Amino acid sequence: MAMRLNKHKTFKTGGIHPHDNKLSAQVAITPLSLPKMVTIPIIQHIGAPAKIVVQRGDIVKTGQILATHEGFVSSNIHSSVSGRIGVIEEVMDSTGFKHTAVNIRVKGDDWEEAIDRTDTLVEEIKFSPKEIVSRIMEAGVVGMGGAAFPSHVKLSVPEGKHIDHLLINGVECEPYLTADHRVMLEKPKEIIVGIKILMKALGVQKAIIGIEDNKADAIEIFQQLLKNEKHIGVEALEVHYPQGGEKQLIQALLNREVPSGGLPADVGVIVHNVGTTYAVYEAVQKNKPLIERVVTVTGKSVKQPSNFLVRIGTPVIDLLIAAGGVPEDTGKIVSGGPMMGKAIADLDVPIAKGTSGILLIPKDEASRSEVYNCVHCGKCIEACPMGLEPYRLLIMSKKGNNKRAKEEHILDCIECGSCSFVCPSNRPILDYIRLGKTQLKKQKSV
Amino acid sequence: MSAGLLTVSPSPHIHTDLTVPQIMRGVIIAMIPALVFSVYNFGLGAVYVTLLAILFCVVIEYSIARYLLKRPASIYDGSAVITGMLLAFNVPTNLPWHIILIGSAVAIGIGKMSFGGLGNNPFNPALVGRVFLLLSFPVEMTSWPKAGATWSLDATTSATPLGILKDGLRAGDTVPELMNQMPSYADFFFGLQGGSLGEMSAFAILLGLIYMLYRKIITWHIPVSMLITIALMTGIFWLVDPTRFANPLFHLLTGGVMLGAVFMATDYVTSPFTHRGMIVFGVGIGVLTVVIRLFGSYPEGVSFAILIMNAFVPIINSYAKQPRYGSKSQRHKAYQEKLEKELTSTK
Repeated sequence: MAMRLNKHKTFKTGGIHPHDNKLSAQVAITPLSLPKMVTIPIIQHIGAPAKIVVQRGDIVKTGQILATHEGFVSSNIHSSVSGRIGVIEEVMDSTGFKHTAVNIRVKGDDWEEAIDRTDTLVEEIKFSPKEIVSRIMEAGVVGMGGAAFPSHVKLSVPEGKHIDHLLINGVECEPYLTADHRVMLEKPKEIIVGIKILMKALGVQKAIIGIEDNKADAIEIFQQLLKNEKHIGVEALEVHYPQGGEKQLIQALLNREVPSGGLPADVGVIVHNVGTTYAVYEAVQKNKPLIERVVTVTGKSVKQPSNFLVRIGTPVIDLLIAAGGVPEDTGKIVSGGPMMGKAIADLDVPIAKGTSGILLIPKDEASRSEVYNCVHCGKCIEACPMGLEPYRLLIMSKKGNNKRAKEEHILDCIECGSCSFVCPSNRPILDYIRLGKTQLKKQKSV
Repeated sequence: MSAGLLTVSPSPHIHTDLTVPQIMRGVIIAMIPALVFSVYNFGLGAVYVTLLAILFCVVIEYSIARYLLKRPASIYDGSAVITGMLLAFNVPTNLPWHIILIGSAVAIGIGKMSFGGLGNNPFNPALVGRVFLLLSFPVEMTSWPKAGATWSLDATTSATPLGILKDGLRAGDTVPELMNQMPSYADFFFGLQGGSLGEMSAFAILLGLIYMLYRKIITWHIPVSMLITIALMTGIFWLVDPTRFANPLFHLLTGGVMLGAVFMATDYVTSPFTHRGMIVFGVGIGVLTVVIRLFGSYPEGVSFAILIMNAFVPIINSYAKQPRYGSKSQRHKAYQEKLEKELTSTK
């Protein structure tokens, strides 16, 4: 950390450098063949579950609405296939919890007529800011970087807040994942139109795309395409986890810090992921709801690490088969990246809007190793991108001293996992911090 | 997937390779050059003392954990081996075995296990052992064998450069006169001087430092801040009166400065967390070392300086904190005004 020569910008507080293992970076996106059956959870986003508007036995088209948003912080859910609605039941999703989901038996691929399925680039933006936001809301677009926060909520800036920058997150700092990278390589023009749509909706004059320098090809493409654009810039960033975190990206690109408990809008910034930006383009210009996404299937023993264009609701097993089957030595399957993804227990778990990758971890790396005493090395403190003292938060949470933990800003933790990653004693730091945060939230709601 | 269930655990799902046993192994590897030089200079006594100290430390830690505390023995992490090695590095190569045994018992028993084992001791265990021996067996602990490869266990003894300096100054000699009785700087650098087992060769210790920096086991902050402080302080005194004070290079290359800066002060458990804290710690050790060397009654003060600064670590930790993300807006009015300006200028 000490004598590194900084060529590119990066965030200043903490951070780590895990091996990036981008095995599938050179593999083009291929559409996955249609599954026989999809399972579409009615909650794939942060906020309230959507309300189901179909019944068992209904025939639906691809792109038809299945469930409408309940309240503002919620999202529409569309059918990703055509076919007959089966049972509507509780299904375990990638979070490990059971949620209501709609099963659809696939028959043909009959799309809603209003959806433009051609590849032609539509550059002209005909809609007013209000119409843009409502089209994004109708299409059920959510943040595709992993958190799945409804995009229309982010675009509705609270009164009194002035936004001067739109940041486009093309960082993809999670090791192994390449979905965003491939979208940037294969759909750059569409992403630029998407950026212009978002800028119009927000009324901002400046946008910056932040891309880590392990994706030099993507940086080059955008630099080429944006040569004559005054308002949209590209910034190469040093590879540094968790740079894709909203707060870290804002610090890296603008040297601003979101105050504790605040939102990016408090410092005049809105951040959207590149994948989301592409979905915004499709929603606004092509009238296409969010029914498919790019998912990376990867892992050290995976035969063909791939990037698939997958219909939402496709079971994980279909992707694994397409990537050459499940390797013998698989010990853990993670939905998402290795740092923040969730381990799944079941191969029927459906792909959701926020699923950016499926990672297969070999048995010898799957379980945690022996825990030693804290040796007070201070590595967790140096690694924390929020400048917290993780080893102390662990002790406080363990003792149930939540009040003290709150004073030490435990709620600022973004759960990036850097502390647990660097701990030489393998201490379960983040596990206990999560416990402390959950207990605090429970106390609040009581 | 063969028969068997998938592992399910919370994130993160990957972990650094630099675990406690790996780090301890790295430190042991980093100490080997100094040991090799010691064997070259002092003969087999160096190996004998080192192996004995390691053996005693490991056996004592195992016995205490197993039979006194009744919990699984913690020797496999390698920290007892390091304590043993560091204790050996800090004693003369002709030390009798029973003194080594006492030193190991104090280092592990009092210095480490009485506080709860690895990670809980406030003071560097090897230094606790060394200082205990120095105070209890001053004669044995300060009769060093003559350097220069005498491959027998009973060699003639000689004084250390720092001892010659202190005694000479007391007797009324001046520094330039005393310097004529000393080995050359090249001899200092490669370790041809009297002294404890592992502390003589700055060159060998620097090899260890480079290795540990390369493996990212330690950062530069403690050693560099400590060495610079010693160089600056002794440099000022030397400029003021070169007849009474030795030059900075002499101070850096003699005694336990190098060993202390690289292996003793950088001990994770007993040094501060943040880089800022480490610099405060390093500067503190440097100042105390120079004060003891120049004005104290002992010729050498590195061990005492490190132990004293160990006691300050909790205080340093509570002041030298990492700046919290988001605290900038609360800290600096200027930042807030600048932000306000940026936000309104585009309106």
